[in-house]
Amino acid sequence: MHIVVCLKQVPDATEVKIDPKTNTLVREGVPSIINPYDAHALEEALRIKDELGGKVTIITMGPPQAEEAVRKGLSYGADQAILLSDRAFAGSDTLATSYILTQAIRKLMEREPVDLIFCGKQAIDGDTAQVGPGIAARLGWPQLTFVDKVVEVNPEEGTVTVQRKLEAVKAVVKAKLPALITVEKSINEIRYASLPNMIRAAQMPITVWGKKDFDLDDNEIGLKGSPTTVSRIFAPPQRPGGEILGGIEAVPKLVELLVKEKIVANK
Amino acid sequence: VKKAAPAAEGDYQGVWVFVEQMEGEAAPVSWELMGEGRKLADKLGVELAGVILGAQVEHLVPEAFAYGADKVYIIDDPVLARYRTEPYLHGLVKLIRQYRPEIVLMGATTLGRDLSGTVATELRTGLTADCTVLDINPETRLLEQTRPAFGGNIMATILCRTRRPQMATVRPRVMAMPPRQEGRSGQVIREELGLKEEEIQTKVLEYITAGAAGVYLDKAEIIVAGGRGVGAKNWPLLEELARVLGGTVGASRAAVEAGWASPAQQVGQTGYTVRLKVYFAVGISGAIQHLVGMQTSDTIVAINNDANAPIFKIADYGIVGDAAQILPALVENFKQQLAGRR
Ligand SMILES: Cc1cc2nc3c(=O)[nH]c(=O)nc-3n(C[C@H](O)[C@H](O)[C@@H](O)COP(=O)(O)OP(=O)(O)OC[C@H]3O[C@@H](n4cnc5c(N)ncnc54)[C@H](O)[C@@H]3O)c2cc1C
Ligand SMILES: Cc1cc2nc3c(=O)[nH]c(=O)nc-3n(C[C@H](O)[C@H](O)[C@H](O)COP(=O)(O)OP(=O)(O)OC[C@H]3O[C@@H](n4cnc5c(N)ncnc54)[C@H](O)[C@@H]3O)c2cc1C
Repeated sequence: MHIVVCLKQVPDATEVKIDPKTNTLVREGVPSIINPYDAHALEEALRIKDELGGKVTIITMGPPQAEEAVRKGLSYGADQAILLSDRAFAGSDTLATSYILTQAIRKLMEREPVDLIFCGKQAIDGDTAQVGPGIAARLGWPQLTFVDKVVEVNPEEGTVTVQRKLEAVKAVVKAKLPALITVEKSINEIRYASLPNMIRAAQMPITVWGKKDFDLDDNEIGLKGSPTTVSRIFAPPQRPGGEILGGIEAVPKLVELLVKEKIVANK
Repeated sequence: VKKAAPAAEGDYQGVWVFVEQMEGEAAPVSWELMGEGRKLADKLGVELAGVILGAQVEHLVPEAFAYGADKVYIIDDPVLARYRTEPYLHGLVKLIRQYRPEIVLMGATTLGRDLSGTVATELRTGLTADCTVLDINPETRLLEQTRPAFGGNIMATILCRTRRPQMATVRPRVMAMPPRQEGRSGQVIREELGLKEEEIQTKVLEYITAGAAGVYLDKAEIIVAGGRGVGAKNWPLLEELARVLGGTVGASRAAVEAGWASPAQQVGQTGYTVRLKVYFAVGISGAIQHLVGMQTSDTIVAINNDANAPIFKIADYGIVGDAAQILPALVENFKQQLAGRR
């Protein structure tokens, strides 16, 4: 089993704010973390490797400092990591991002076949959940999104069976390998990095690929390759607050208001 | 004003809404989008079409017209019975390539998110996720797509200037449900899927249903939601209030993590988005990740023992006090008031 995990470094989204004067993102001092869903994607890949043997490769696209997230990922027990980093990749939307990641996976596959790709269900910064399906579409592989349980990986049969979330139901789905899976947090509990793995991760060489290192069409990457553009960012509109009616003595008044205004229907 | 002419503008025309269904039951978000699509189509002066994919889904055609479609495209094929990405991707891409709409809207449900990402990639066009506001710029005729990012901490307006169609997903209950208009109808265009079962790499082995309430959650009008401030001991009081009001119990993530409520009851960024008549937030502080899931409700009532809790900034009505005392008082008063009128 050779499993690729797409792992994104993200700013801790809870800390990102808008500067009300300039209407730009305040990124200073915002800590970077592994996208939480991707940590679960990595854990699931490692579990399958623990059971069936094989190899786990992390692929990250991001600025040079994303190396930090990559090393963290390695410390959980991944076997190798590739960081895709080039100024020309900046400004990529989900279409360009899925292209760059796919081309890197294709280059990797020239050396060694890939059986499974794991992604998080979404990144907590861009929040789109589009990159996973984008990679699957480009490779022409089956995609299994919002997976909260891998039921079975069967290398002999060449299949994977998962349980995935739909709206009010869960679907048990079986797909042919190779396939792409995006995961929910509830899929597993993340292990602690072992000391030997942490030491190993700190010393491991990390392969960095720039745009010349794999087959890329200039028109499909970065801003040029991105059909969507952010035309404006702003702070979310605040719902105008109402009134605090008071303490417990105000309960009858509240109830009367709600019933009178037919907000709470009188059946 | 100079008009920025999108590359293939003239070539692509019309607004499409993907009518999502499972087991023949339409996702309510499809009709919410039909209402929104109607406004966009009218601003552009073009037709609004509904697109239905599924097996034995003919009954949804009159529904699409009733909610505002001028035209319906339908592919009815047994292969489309239970949702799988490949045949739906194949069918939708085929229709879009053939009939060339300028805008395609889909629900940001699990199904819609799964499908939209592959379809947009296959068509090499832009896709904007989870929009909360859609509008047409009258000069450029471009779709202005506004969406939250960074967990709701910022809003961004996204454009897809040159590629077509412009694609967007919208979360359920973000747009208002339009009224049904009986007796509307229009042209129905039927197409073949052109994909055989043997060509598909995926099989649905079974559906696990939680309850018998259909495949789409949450048609509630009233939610009584509790947070960490309610506490295990007082949680039954919250459920009692919901019962008296004929509402549903919701929860913050803190309450779900404490085990008082199930994940299916979580409201917010990583839970459900609700748009209701009344939302009671009891012992909930009002973190941004919670607010993004409920702040479009018509009326918000907050109950919290801290007068400075952020939830009061967005609530229409607030009561400051201990949930252990306020909840029974609310139950008593509602019982009286509602009974008194009967
Ligand atoms: C405010 C704002 C709004 C945006 N809105 C849109 C939009 O509507 N449409 C659009 O196309 N783009 C949009 N973008 C751009 C987009 O967010 C990112 O640039 C894109 O690279 C990744 O998309 P995502 O963060 O949504 O990832 P998602 O699609 O949510 O990520 C899903 C999974 O894909 C993998 N993955 C994603 N990125 C990487 C990476 N760099 N390296 C390794 N694995 C990765 C991870 O496994 C991740 O869990 C927006 C950007 C901003 C700042
Ligand atoms: C990526 C991410 C996604 C998230 N997604 C979600 C999500 O989907 N939904 C969600 O809800 N959260 C989500 N969160 C968590 C969110 O940030 C908050 O931590 C959470 O909403 C807090 O829940 P709470 O308001 O119940 O608890 P707290 O913040 O602890 O607030 C408890 C409140 O109860 C009040 N209180 C205490 N005692 C009493 C009493 N006796 N009577 C009355 N009031 C009392 C307190 O004054 C306080 O205001 C997410 C966080 C992250 C980082």
